[in-house]
Amino acid sequence: MSDSAHPAIHPAPTTFIRKWVFSTDHKIIGIQYYFLALIAVFTGLALSVLMRLRLAWPTESWPWLETIFPVGFEGGVMSPEFYLAMLTMHGTIMVFFVLTTAPQGGFGNYFLPIQIGAHDMAFPVLNMLSFWVTFLSMGVMFAAFFVAGGAPISGWTAYAPLSALGEVAGPGLGSGQDLWIISIALFCIASLLGALNFITTVLNMRAKGMSLMKMPLTVWTWFTTAILALLSFPVLLAAGILLLLDRLGGTSFFIPAGLVVSDTVIESSGGSPILWQHLFWFFGHPEVYIAILPGMGVASQLLSTFARKPIFGYHAMVVAVFAIGMLGFFVWGHHMFVSGLSPFSALVFSILTLAIGVPSAIKTFNWLGTLWGGKIRFTTAMLFAIGFVSLFVSGGITGLFLGQTSVDVQLHDTYFPVAHFHMIMGVAAIFGIFGATYYWFPKMFGRMLHEGLGKLHFWLTFIGVNAIFIPMHLMGIMGQLRRYAESTEFKFMEPLQPYQEFVTIAALVTAAAQLLFLVNFCWGMFKGKKAGENPWEATTLEWITASPPPHDNFGGRELVVNHAAYEYGVPGAPRDYVMQTDPPLETTK
Amino acid sequence: MALALAILIWAIVLASVVLFTGEFGWFPPQISEHGDAMDAQFNLTLIVVAIGFILAQVALGYYVWRYRDRSGARAVYTHGNAKVEVATVLITAVTFVTLAIIGQRVWIGLHLEDMPEDAVQVEVTAQQFAWNFRYPGPDGKFGKTATRLINDQLNPVGLDSRDPASEDDVVTLNRMAVPVNRDIRLTLRSKDVTHSFFVPALRFKQDTTPGLAIPGHFKALKTGEYEIACAELCGLQHYKMKGFLMVMSDQEFEAWLKERAEF
Repeated sequence: MSDSAHPAIHPAPTTFIRKWVFSTDHKIIGIQYYFLALIAVFTGLALSVLMRLRLAWPTESWPWLETIFPVGFEGGVMSPEFYLAMLTMHGTIMVFFVLTTAPQGGFGNYFLPIQIGAHDMAFPVLNMLSFWVTFLSMGVMFAAFFVAGGAPISGWTAYAPLSALGEVAGPGLGSGQDLWIISIALFCIASLLGALNFITTVLNMRAKGMSLMKMPLTVWTWFTTAILALLSFPVLLAAGILLLLDRLGGTSFFIPAGLVVSDTVIESSGGSPILWQHLFWFFGHPEVYIAILPGMGVASQLLSTFARKPIFGYHAMVVAVFAIGMLGFFVWGHHMFVSGLSPFSALVFSILTLAIGVPSAIKTFNWLGTLWGGKIRFTTAMLFAIGFVSLFVSGGITGLFLGQTSVDVQLHDTYFPVAHFHMIMGVAAIFGIFGATYYWFPKMFGRMLHEGLGKLHFWLTFIGVNAIFIPMHLMGIMGQLRRYAESTEFKFMEPLQPYQEFVTIAALVTAAAQLLFLVNFCWGMFKGKKAGENPWEATTLEWITASPPPHDNFGGRELVVNHAAYEYGVPGAPRDYVMQTDPPLETTK
Repeated sequence: MALALAILIWAIVLASVVLFTGEFGWFPPQISEHGDAMDAQFNLTLIVVAIGFILAQVALGYYVWRYRDRSGARAVYTHGNAKVEVATVLITAVTFVTLAIIGQRVWIGLHLEDMPEDAVQVEVTAQQFAWNFRYPGPDGKFGKTATRLINDQLNPVGLDSRDPASEDDVVTLNRMAVPVNRDIRLTLRSKDVTHSFFVPALRFKQDTTPGLAIPGHFKALKTGEYEIACAELCGLQHYKMKGFLMVMSDQEFEAWLKERAEF
């Protein structure tokens, strides 16, 4: 197995460009991905704040915003098309450039090779290429803000034929939509390359003794995520190309015959809008797990480390991760219960969807089991991991409503699913990212983040996200529809205005709290306390090497792994933790 | 720290329970024959979800507080317990799958049951950003339509006047009348992009997908005027795409239809 494990030891780069820009070092690439995600997340956050202002005070004038966005805020009030453009870009940027990029591209790139004892990824040049294609993709996406007509208004799901017809169907559906599709296609290619690299690395590059069942759960989740990406992104890529052909090449994959848009007959023949939905959600549902699985791995790693206990039910956790990943490919139809899908297939999709609740319950149960009987150390990283578990429960359990055909009918496209997916794939995943950041920052930058500031960040964020998204479920029950620039036109949504204001205020406070994180991050990089090799007294391989690790990760050492990933509190061991490379214990059972 | 976090988690649980059981708003009052079963399924799910939510969060808060680091012995050394894992799988699998199966009854009633012959037919044609409704008239047959005849002002659904069946068809804009306590059979279409026909009070939502004629049916049990909203993003004025469902007595309905036919 590990004989083939020593190819890619490339010499350390000497020039600035090779070291920091076109680097083939997985650690630098991980950091590049992370910073890309950081820019994206603050952009996406700013867009959501703008949307929240419009929703809470639809008629209020904001003259200072007009100076920043002369087109979108004419007269100081956000135009509905600007609202829809914000909505599309917020969703797209967050899903692709944050939730897919930071956990996998960022932390996965940096720590997967180190945690399995490899010197680098299997294909370092391919790795560099993945990042730069992602970078290009984000550039193209951001360019959509600035073209004539602005960013597209068709939502992150880009349902055809709205997304296929061009400017006749609405503003932003011209060049903005073209750029959106091109960007997504590039992103698919980058993710595909990344996935190949991750899978090959896990299978071929493990150090001596690092059997699959000794791997940290983080590695298992990155590995599973890579498999999901490998199987789902090509489908989105194909769909994107077909959509682009419909727009520019005169084809009719997604445009049915006989459309009349604004009294204009559209020349097309026989395409299917439902086909787009199938292709999109065949990617889109696994994508949810691409976003959340690495967070589950991080939560497991952190809970075990800071509870000073082995993970409860390691094997069950591995099986559950795989089960969630694989079942995730057979449930895409639950996004389409009211689309005109065959009512018979809806029955099957519904039962499979609820079945995903089973491995999810196993995960939750085992996280609780890991805390049980522990000696919990409340670091900032641990707080975020505990917050992750809480949010995972709150956000996941509402899937039981939406996965049922008959309950979904009323809730579909209301704020209820918006609250559900923000809670689970949004903030739970982000809590995974925050936990990972507070935990691994010392390893990545050689300095500690400020714990006090970090804890304040946690408290405000944890209270904030609950205050935003729990009431949003109720708003959905009351009938608040999503993607509405304002809800003043309908009587049944009138009672909801106070809730809109409450949620906006909670969102403003929560958004402001993220500045604490930014300050802490910048401060920590330059002024933080120097970190030792193993500040958390953790067991996995990244903690046996310097902070930050040398170019080849372990300074030329040949590693032999003797222990499982999370051996804390072993009776008879000299310390309360046994590192994976520690010599075998004499007193083991 | 431990206690603060435990209290916060419990406070979130308490706030959620208050929010979902107090007088903070709920579904709009429902008026359809199938609506009660749908709401009942929601409530059943709510009970299952609440039990899982409360158990998990309360345990999380308790463990966080109970197992905080206090000086003394090491943590309990265990790798898990296969029996409890299996029990968790069995309990959740049985609960969730049973829930899914019970919920299907309503769905089957909504989609897979035959309509009686005397159902009132209405064709819904959505467009950016309006609702067109068509009634077949006394002959009970919808006349032919053609795309090239569509004109938003004069002929919004493109009725073909050469077809005699089209002569008595009644087309209305944004207002849909139906008789109370009668089966209504819908055919849902769209002229341009995907919309979604949503009547909150009816517990009825169905996308109108261009290129498809999607069937649907309901029975309204209470007279009155109810809002129709578009639930699928369809463009700029999605948030303004409003219609009204008017549920009236048989006589009122006949009179309403007649009035429109003469017009």
